[in-house]
Amino acid sequence: MIFKKFNIENKKARDLIPQAITVLALLSIIIYFATNAQINMGNRGISFGFGFLNQEASFDITFSMIEYDGSHSYGRAFLVGLLNTILVSAIGIFFATIMGVIVGISRLSDNYLIAKVAEWYVEIFRNIPLILQIFFWYFAALRALPLPENGISFYDISFLTIKGWYVPKFIWTNFNVFLLSVIAAFIAIYFINSYATKQREQFGKQIPVTTISLASLILIPLITFLFLGVTLTFEYPVLKQLSPTVFTYAGGVSIIPELIALALALSMYTATFIAENVRAGILGVSKGQKEAAASIGLNKNQILKLVVMPQALRIIIPPTTNQYLNLTKNSSLAAAIAYPDIVLVFAGTALMQTGRAIEIISITMLTYLTLSISISIFMNWYNKKMAIKEK
Amino acid sequence: MIKSIKTWILVGFASLLLVACGQGGGGSGSKKSKTLDNTKKAGFVKCGVSQGLPGFSNADASGNWSGIDVDVCRAVAAAVLGDADKVKYTPLSAKERFTALTSGEIDVLARNTTWTLSRDADIGLTFVGVNFYDGQGFMVRKNSGINSVNDFKNGISACTNTGTTTELNMRDFFNSKNISYEPIAFEKADEVVQAYDAGRCDTYTTDKSGLAAQRTKMSNPDEHKVLPETISKEPLGPVVRQGDAVWEDIVRWSLNTMIEAEEYGVNSSNASSLKDSDNPAIKRLVGAEGELGAAFGLDNDWSLRIIEQVGNYGESYKKHIADTGILPNRGPNQLWTKGGILYVPPAR
Repeated sequence: MIFKKFNIENKKARDLIPQAITVLALLSIIIYFATNAQINMGNRGISFGFGFLNQEASFDITFSMIEYDGSHSYGRAFLVGLLNTILVSAIGIFFATIMGVIVGISRLSDNYLIAKVAEWYVEIFRNIPLILQIFFWYFAALRALPLPENGISFYDISFLTIKGWYVPKFIWTNFNVFLLSVIAAFIAIYFINSYATKQREQFGKQIPVTTISLASLILIPLITFLFLGVTLTFEYPVLKQLSPTVFTYAGGVSIIPELIALALALSMYTATFIAENVRAGILGVSKGQKEAAASIGLNKNQILKLVVMPQALRIIIPPTTNQYLNLTKNSSLAAAIAYPDIVLVFAGTALMQTGRAIEIISITMLTYLTLSISISIFMNWYNKKMAIKEK
Repeated sequence: MIKSIKTWILVGFASLLLVACGQGGGGSGSKKSKTLDNTKKAGFVKCGVSQGLPGFSNADASGNWSGIDVDVCRAVAAAVLGDADKVKYTPLSAKERFTALTSGEIDVLARNTTWTLSRDADIGLTFVGVNFYDGQGFMVRKNSGINSVNDFKNGISACTNTGTTTELNMRDFFNSKNISYEPIAFEKADEVVQAYDAGRCDTYTTDKSGLAAQRTKMSNPDEHKVLPETISKEPLGPVVRQGDAVWEDIVRWSLNTMIEAEEYGVNSSNASSLKDSDNPAIKRLVGAEGELGAAFGLDNDWSLRIIEQVGNYGESYKKHIADTGILPNRGPNQLWTKGGILYVPPAR
């Protein structure tokens, strides 16, 4: 008895000691490098600290979603860069997903032409380095677009030029009321949905959920326009002459070509990988499932929507999460074409102006880590939601 | 199992030992120059240069570097190692340059770098002098009808490089003129040129020497012109790490020697024949009088080697900047005796 107990303890110790030593060794190595860095920085008169974040940045940024100019702080410049990174990643993820799903399904199409086009698309775009694709879209598209005075006009309210895509600007009054009404509409839709599900499951009644949802999404915000003083006017871009041959557009909002090129390159590239995930997911659903669905009288669309996709999603989501993370991290290539993302603005210009390499690179790395982990957490939640629920 | 535990314990002790060693080492502060010793041991000068700026530091097709910044590196190598070719060049982006220097990857940074207070005082660097007095200007298309910075209007778009003083000057300039502008900042000069050339921006702003050099890369250089105004002071010069005073002096006086040699008419072809000159200043320059090299721990011919192997400042300027058509007129980069502002302390 005593021997047995001792033996168990011994085993525990055997398991524990190497682990403890590993942690200790790892810590020692980190401490070694940290102290060394500290000593070296001290020798060279470099101070360490984050006080610079409150200093005036004194450089301007092309494109910002929040109010910013050079009189704001480095901290604010960081925020501008971060928001721009999030913006291009979100646009990229949105279009990559849509294109990925379409191309993935197209590759399995019975139509020879569609399947082949999809296949060629995937093979070409996933095999060319992303940075080259970004340069291609930026410089090729830049050369192909007209100068402002010959801009491609869309009904005279929007213009596509080499300096950007100028679109009308929305000018709201009482925007908050409108926003609240949209939120209210979504809450209403949620309740309609759960009510409809209950009705269907308990009484077998079918309620036209889609129609009701759409109606409430349109009608509830519409009420704010009619009765609550919300108005919306547009400010259109107009051509402005700066010198005999230099033109630009004033007014409206300019979507800069750097953003367009980067979003295009990121989504075209990532879509190929998502397309392959989708194809794998669909092929991963056993043939028997489709045959069984057909035998109970579901049509082709219903089979895809009700039987194949719910099962395929479970296969598709985890690798697609990886692609979303890749896209977000790849957006750091923005610096090459002057899109002011966090790497260009913060780990580029701000680093140069302050010389605080260690602080700035650490902050930037932590930011990407946080972004990636947030996406992971969301996708894991979604994955769990989509997983088989045993009833 | 037992064996593996032993290994682990050993690893643990070894790393603890490492920590102890790490805290012991690293400190310096002796009078001797660690950088000089390391350079002599390695047999080459570790020099940071640009990724390609004609006239300043540019590599030809076979990888040979040339330019007036490169000549500073060569001068240091000639002084310290006796051979101007013993330089290892590291091309650096504007972003990388200071980190490369403070981390010890390079020992001299000769990369058209503007001397400013915050760079000198704040980030562990020391500027040793100025080898080119520059100023920021603007380039526009000739047919634009813009003839002066006063013709700029609200909404103009300007391309430039990130991480440079240009970005800051541009803002100061447009703010002072009360002009709203669109700044587009690229990481590499080549991409700025491409974007400006394509018409993405109406003007390209950087140091005037840079504008002159980059204009040669445009698809049609004759379509572009540099506006007459200069909006900032850009004294460009070599930089060293803070904390090695001897090394700092070597680099400073290598540059000064080139300028002083021009002042006294000493050049690569006549230097050795001037050993018996009547002028003591010239004799000191060619190592025939005084013991100036000893102050840095070098022999007395260090300055002679610089002049013989690299040439004086005027030769360097003519070869790299004037004869290449970048800036034929020396402007402020002329000796103080000839109406410029090149003025170095005497070598004595």
